[in-house]
Amino acid sequence: MRIGVITFPGSLDDRDAQRAVRLAGGEAVALWHGSHDLDGVDAIVLPGGFSYGDYLRCGAIAAHSPIMSEVIDAANAGMPVLGICNGFQILVEAHLLPGGLIRNDHGDFICRDQTLRVENASTAWTSGFSKGQEITIPLKNGEGGFIADAETLARLEGEGQVAFRYVGTNPNGSLDDIAGLTNARGNVVGLMPHPEHAVEAGFGPDTPDAMRSGVDGLTFFTSVLQAQLARA
Amino acid sequence: MPTIVVEVMPKAELLDPAGKAVAGALAKQGRSHFSNVRIGKRFELTVDEVTDAVLAEARELADDLLSNGVIEDVVTVKVAD
Repeated sequence: MRIGVITFPGSLDDRDAQRAVRLAGGEAVALWHGSHDLDGVDAIVLPGGFSYGDYLRCGAIAAHSPIMSEVIDAANAGMPVLGICNGFQILVEAHLLPGGLIRNDHGDFICRDQTLRVENASTAWTSGFSKGQEITIPLKNGEGGFIADAETLARLEGEGQVAFRYVGTNPNGSLDDIAGLTNARGNVVGLMPHPEHAVEAGFGPDTPDAMRSGVDGLTFFTSVLQAQLARA
Repeated sequence: MPTIVVEVMPKAELLDPAGKAVAGALAKQGRSHFSNVRIGKRFELTVDEVTDAVLAEARELADDLLSNGVIEDVVTVKVAD
């Protein structure tokens, strides 16, 4: 299975996302923001970083990139799309996911290992988890506060579109402790924390068993691989 | 060359952490009579000629690209003096 990772000007974690795809057993395909070619991939990752220096609004200029018209069409046709951090912001600006992401309420950039609760284990990217499972992956952002109007928030909660919630302290003031969302169909998922940084023992978050041994992020990528295999 | 000014502000009900940080700095200088600060954006769009069509397009741009209606309000679209 081929998973495309799109590089935008200012993407930082595109190589990390490609590595995560490979460690999960997929083929990583580098895609370019300025192209209209998805290169026949089966799924797409929008990686973290600071596309266009976060100018205008985080993800806003990248959301108008040439390749995004193909990404939007593919997402609406059911292709799995994962947006991580800046990729989540791009999905929101492209209206593939609702709401908005604003500066952390305390005003500081935050970088730490973050515990999340999986609220929806029926999406293309979370099917390998169980509902209610707690996972730990890195979080690193300055503008991760999720907001939406009351009506949108009620709909997201009511229809199970909250995919992940922060556990323990809320790191950025996100409404309802929301860390990530899915669309109604379950193929588009976005979250602020970084699963691609927790995919290989020795380089992940600390766990009770051993330092840096956390690989909870790998399940995002194995989930989409297995979902695709089951469909084939 | 004529210029169209677009001003965008964070929604009133939203916390504006940048504005809050500046308000905090003013208070530390003993200027707490400036009790609140909110920070927005001003865009200056230079055009060859201001026509109704160009103004309408600027309004459309203000809503679609220059602001995000979920978190911001467009407060001004006008031709600069």
